[in-house]
Amino acid sequence: MNQHTIKRFEDELNELKEKVLAMGGMVEKATKRSMNSLIKQDVKRAHKVIERDHDINALEIEIDEMTRTMLALRQPAASDLRFVMTTIKVVTDLERMGDLAEEIAENMLRTEDHPLTQVSSLQSLSELVLDQLKGSLDAFATGDLAKAMSCIEHDKRVDDKFRSMQREYLTYMMEDPRQITAGLIATDIARSLERIGDHAVNVAEMVIYMVKGHEVRHVDHDTAAALIGSELQNKS
Amino acid sequence: MKSDLKTDNSTKISIRDLKLWYGDFEALHGIDLDILSGKITAFIGPSGCGKSTFLRTMNRMNDRIPSCRVEGQILLEGQDIYAPEVDVVQLRTHVGMVFQKPNPFPKSIYENIAYAPRIHGLVSDGPDMDALVETSLRKASIWNEVKDKLQQPGTALSGGQQQRLCIARTIAVKPDVILMDEPCSALDPIATAKIEELMDELKEEFTIVIVTHNMQQAARVSDHTAYFYLGDLIEYGDTQTIFTAPKHQKTEDYITGRFG
Repeated sequence: MNQHTIKRFEDELNELKEKVLAMGGMVEKATKRSMNSLIKQDVKRAHKVIERDHDINALEIEIDEMTRTMLALRQPAASDLRFVMTTIKVVTDLERMGDLAEEIAENMLRTEDHPLTQVSSLQSLSELVLDQLKGSLDAFATGDLAKAMSCIEHDKRVDDKFRSMQREYLTYMMEDPRQITAGLIATDIARSLERIGDHAVNVAEMVIYMVKGHEVRHVDHDTAAALIGSELQNKS
Repeated sequence: MKSDLKTDNSTKISIRDLKLWYGDFEALHGIDLDILSGKITAFIGPSGCGKSTFLRTMNRMNDRIPSCRVEGQILLEGQDIYAPEVDVVQLRTHVGMVFQKPNPFPKSIYENIAYAPRIHGLVSDGPDMDALVETSLRKASIWNEVKDKLQQPGTALSGGQQQRLCIARTIAVKPDVILMDEPCSALDPIATAKIEELMDELKEEFTIVIVTHNMQQAARVSDHTAYFYLGDLIEYGDTQTIFTAPKHQKTEDYITGRFG
């Protein structure tokens, strides 16, 4: 795509994108770190996640300020408008994901008194979710529709895994009432992970809007696929 | 190109394969476009793209340029306005025009409005004319500002008031269509806002076509937008679509300021 005639606007858009991706990177790191703290029983890492959430929040405010200024001073249109709108929405999702990573870390701290016997399913769920998150951020960075779509499709696997884990933990808790607190903590963590995945889906849906100008939120998968597929060759 | 707008019996002006030359230079390369009734249609595009030339074909303003030649059809409610039997003066009572620079007659405010209806024999002087002057000035949202000084010269008004006076003068002959060529480019933001508000009221009764360099203005006032580039119509569609998700890369580049 051509550059903007106004160089500073071009620079501002690039800077905005970099900031969103930096925030995405921080969220990814927070999620990974919170899971590692759990797997390695490393309290320090959990504390670090909780501390660093302030940085994520601060970046949210900074990006909001940038988008607000841009709307007021530049009046972006067409793809620029869709990009700025996407940024506004994506930042909210990223901030929520940061909070969820923090919740995982807080739950990890509770496991000191109630050790989890089984973390392998949580680990595999977190790998699925991290893949999904990475996919959505890559899609945002490159405007890759296929990646955005696969991130949305990926959510079914995350949901299935989450539900099977809920059953698994329920079984443990029924077998051994002493495991109830630990089971609830594990379920909470699983739920946080599953929600991070949901937010990644939101990001991917906004990426599709950003690139194509089509709303794919709250529509079924086939309709979304049709919307993306059509008009792909129409830009001349 | 094909328009994305659905056209039916609400089409006011139908343009088919319109080509225009200034001498050897082909300024318009076969435009097909339907102007819909009761809507505001905006033409945008960089300087020299042909949007003003195109606007001026709709009431045959280009006729006066000796080197100018037109081919194709412009149908106003089905009637070809370039047909030999068409009276251009009559045509312009149906398709009025407001220009970039306000150009009131060097006469009183009253006479600015009364002149055209009188020479066209639409209304005789007297109470009927008084009523027409008042209605026209009211419709152009300037009545309250000038009702106590109707005998003062129109040229004594401010730029924004002059422009509204010119709009009142245009609608006094009850046209179907009002063409506006950069009507606000000589006005300040407040006078501009008043004209834009006025346009919104006028579209209840008239079909409006506006050429503007101000893209935000096109976005604010129009229902449909057509983007012209180098004598071609690149894209024509709902204004909302054009400004949020245009289909063509050229439109996109222009709208987002990536042009040239």
